Amino acid sequence: MTAQALVFFILAFVSIASAILMITRANPVKSAIFLIVNFLSLSILYLTLSAQFIAIIQVLVYAGAIMVLFVFVIMLLNLQDEKRLSDRFDVRRLIAFVIVLLVFAEIAFGLGKSVSGRFLKPAENSVEIGKIEFIGEKLFTNYILPFEITSLILIVAIVGAIVLAKRKFE
Amino acid sequence: MIPLSWYLFLSLILFTIGVLGVLIRRNAIVIFMCIELMLNSVNLALVGFSSYIGNEIGQMLVFFVMVVAAAEVSVGLAIVIAIFRNRLTVNIDEINLLKW
Repeated sequence: MTAQALVFFILAFVSIASAILMITRANPVKSAIFLIVNFLSLSILYLTLSAQFIAIIQVLVYAGAIMVLFVFVIMLLNLQDEKRLSDRFDVRRLIAFVIVLLVFAEIAFGLGKSVSGRFLKPAENSVEIGKIEFIGEKLFTNYILPFEITSLILIVAIVGAIVLAKRKFE
Repeated sequence: MIPLSWYLFLSLILFTIGVLGVLIRRNAIVIFMCIELMLNSVNLALVGFSSYIGNEIGQMLVFFVMVVAAAEVSVGLAIVIAIFRNRLTVNIDEINLLKW
């Protein structure tokens, strides 16, 4: 087993384990912490795919900004623990497992048919296109219109969040 | 070198865990986190394709997915706060005004 495969398996194990722990913890703060672990392991996986810029903004935007917002809201709402998952084993939960298995089987079948024997190693220019220099140049030339529209999306989101969350004075 | 299919299957497993979390959890905030997990798993697939095909479009798409995710989280958490102020709960079994 090569070093690359070893690194991949360790990161895959960490990300899958933290995702499973995230959806099984009753306390939302613990869920948030495990989601941060998952985001960090995904960021290192992006580095193994030589996508440096995406790895950096994964840490900055997801693990930094979005998760701080989540933890802040959890703190603001002062929530109790959810009931333990094993307490309520009902028909709805069984149906959920069946649906999830069907989704998994369907996508796995499609993936297995379409990528088997193809894409065995990264393209020669994969290191080049992951660099901040290259991405920045593309973002301000070819993709300038979508890049400017993102500023519109963000300002609409800020105004919407303030309007929804502000206390009404009557 | 590791083939692309490993990354795609890891992405598939994370996406499936996210779907399972949305279906079995009752806390609205944890459901939001599961949606973030699903968005991230798709990002992993996009970056994998971008790196193995040698085309930058996948990484551009990931950048815009992150922007939309940030906007979605801020508006979604504002809705959760507004609901909590009115109903004093974030349990989605008790928030059923729009259910038929």
